[in-house]
Amino acid sequence: MGKNKSIIFTDNSKIAIEALAKAGADVFIGYPITPANLLYQYASARFPIFMAAPDEITTLQWMSGFSAIGKIPVTATSFPGFALMIESINMAYMMELPMIIILVQRLGPATGTATTGAQGDLALLNGMISGGMSLPVFNFYNSFDCWNLSAKTVEFSVKHRTPVVILTSKEEMMTKVSLDVEQLSSISKIERTYYENDEPYIPYKAEKDLVPAFLPLASENYQVRITSSTHNQRGIIQNSTVEALNNSKRLHFKNIRNMADYSFYELDEEPGAKVLLISYGITALAAKEAVFNLRAEGKNVSLLIAQTILPIPQIYFDVCAKYEHIIVAEENLTGQYRQILFGHGSGANVSGVNDFGAMINPNSIIKEVMKYV
Amino acid sequence: MFKKFLEEGELPFCKGCGHSLIANNIDMALQKNNYSLHDVVIVTDIGCHGIIDKCFKTHTIHGLHGRSVSLASGISAGLNNPDKKIIVLIGDGGATIGMQHIIDAAHHNFDMTVIIHNNMLYGMTGGQPSEFTPSGFNTTIAHNGTKRKAYDICQIAALAGAAFVSRVIATTDFSAMLSSAFSKKGFSLVEVMEICPSYGVKSNPGMKLKNVVEDAGLEVKILVDQNVETFKTEYRSDTPSLIDSKNSIPTNYCSSLTKPVKIVISGSAGEGVQTAAELFAKAAIASGLNVTKKGSYPVTVGVGFSSSDIIISPTEIFYTGTAEMDAIIVTSEEGLDYSYSTIKNSKEGIIFSDISLTLPETEAKIINHDFRSKTSSKNVSLYALLYYLNYSKVFPMEAMIETFKSEKYSSKIDLAQLLEF
Repeated sequence: MGKNKSIIFTDNSKIAIEALAKAGADVFIGYPITPANLLYQYASARFPIFMAAPDEITTLQWMSGFSAIGKIPVTATSFPGFALMIESINMAYMMELPMIIILVQRLGPATGTATTGAQGDLALLNGMISGGMSLPVFNFYNSFDCWNLSAKTVEFSVKHRTPVVILTSKEEMMTKVSLDVEQLSSISKIERTYYENDEPYIPYKAEKDLVPAFLPLASENYQVRITSSTHNQRGIIQNSTVEALNNSKRLHFKNIRNMADYSFYELDEEPGAKVLLISYGITALAAKEAVFNLRAEGKNVSLLIAQTILPIPQIYFDVCAKYEHIIVAEENLTGQYRQILFGHGSGANVSGVNDFGAMINPNSIIKEVMKYV
Repeated sequence: MFKKFLEEGELPFCKGCGHSLIANNIDMALQKNNYSLHDVVIVTDIGCHGIIDKCFKTHTIHGLHGRSVSLASGISAGLNNPDKKIIVLIGDGGATIGMQHIIDAAHHNFDMTVIIHNNMLYGMTGGQPSEFTPSGFNTTIAHNGTKRKAYDICQIAALAGAAFVSRVIATTDFSAMLSSAFSKKGFSLVEVMEICPSYGVKSNPGMKLKNVVEDAGLEVKILVDQNVETFKTEYRSDTPSLIDSKNSIPTNYCSSLTKPVKIVISGSAGEGVQTAAELFAKAAIASGLNVTKKGSYPVTVGVGFSSSDIIISPTEIFYTGTAEMDAIIVTSEEGLDYSYSTIKNSKEGIIFSDISLTLPETEAKIINHDFRSKTSSKNVSLYALLYYLNYSKVFPMEAMIETFKSEKYSSKIDLAQLLEF
């Protein structure tokens, strides 16, 4: 044993911070909060620039300042801190500033239970940008995806000039796991491109992919205007001109359009299966175990693990259309992703496995699947 | 003086508004200090003053109400360049919302100049009072004047450690004061007193600005002019990787396990629960097993229970929950309290309990052993896990011993004594 293996005992917080740093994120700003503390601690040792902010509003504002001058900032928080960041994330969204916010979910409402995991904040993310515009949200369920997708978030955020949320939870970020580092793929540092032209820089003039070229604030050669209020292509505040409104609408369509190349999911289809199980994040592990055990008993069930959570990749609906019954398993009271995917009146062919204050047990999933196989 | 930093044409403010005076004086002061257009970043937020960005030929950034000082702090720390001039324009409403940011920026001495447009009310939303409205000053919703004393933001910034603080009354030319503020390295703040022509004048007919300021006890002068250590951003280009294969655990042993085993050890804080569980986990890895480990303890980590869940498995571990345990090890009353219901509901696991403890009724098999009197309390958890390993043989004891020897703390513990069961 041991040949070509290099096993370490680590946690996904360490994996995420290392992957983000390798991918080119260079600033971590944060305020400690359980269960995001490990991310804060590791970032303090790893990121080229680390700053301790006095609160979460300041965190996002400092990040926006750093992002505006061309850095790639990251923070990590949980709901109480995230709630304070929301207006500023909207600001960064409108300004088109790249940044990564890691939301480590814990049990709410309010301060809830800091040391208990949950998947209770997805509904918030779905409507968090005023106007219901799309905010990119990624998640992962194991260390390898944590590694790969953390790097991908940097790429998506920078390339498309948008804040991106990594949605995770206490159990995913604090559980220590044995991991073969030889199986981690290499991560390249992102190479940023800046506006270069003889013409004056027009800060919000979109290119083919609906993304404007980036130029850092305080650039030597061109004037740069950045604003969070409704604005035209030149960054001049305008109440409701067609140009300004189109610019705001572009922010939504930019993410929808460009998510096609960043639709990450794991689809494990069983021939003859009529039931599709959908899960994500921490519950995806229970779903995998449930599917493994069900198949061992000869029960046919397919599994879709969503990693690109929002905006919803079209392929999720295409896959769902092939099945008679769909079960969405997630660790929240109301079935937040189920409702986002299928609406509040989901109908008889959609059901959920949900729990509140405890991880979903594979047996609970098996019990639900058994009703339909 | 001709305009260099402002566009030609009328400024967008009401006739007689002090905001126009401030914009013109910024232009004059920047010219005095020989800045070029692209040296300057104007940071604004919400309020009448915030519509000025379009008039500046410099870089501009316009953000959230009250947060401009914080946004500018990020820009300042990010640029880390004393040749760039960051100027924050904020109203008394924004300064009320974002006072923490002003204090914090002064405290850090981020390199910037904050110009507070204090017209003593919220001009953009209809002339309501702010926390900067002096007592006796009428506003549209307080016709008999505000009762509270106004904030003295200059005193607050001074106490927070600003490099330069001054208060002026808006006049045609106060550019020398702005020039001094712009020249100062570190955090500088100039509070400019004005009266809003639309609401302040109408609500307080005949009132003189100079008298309002004087009656409010707000001194018009330079309050602070000192050399300070400006915030410098530390950039580390050579931080070591967090994922280092040098820390890998060699798998020199072999386990005969054929299925996953879930173990929980529950004891008291200070009795080495997490350290012993970590050692056990590493030894399992050294035996070729997949491992997960979680720690549970109250937020006050130094008291109460401490518990750790470990899964060891010859196959990949998916679900890391530990509802049905194979082994529950309890070494103290606090640990028992924490694991009480797990023990009670356990059907197929084995409970390894210190002999001093009274367990609930359970269908699980119980093994009582004297963990606590064998060793000092800080090694109780290690002893209990060694005992469990010796009993269960889930992986070789040699793996545990070798892993133990590689730990820094090993020289302080007599392992041979703990291996006597």
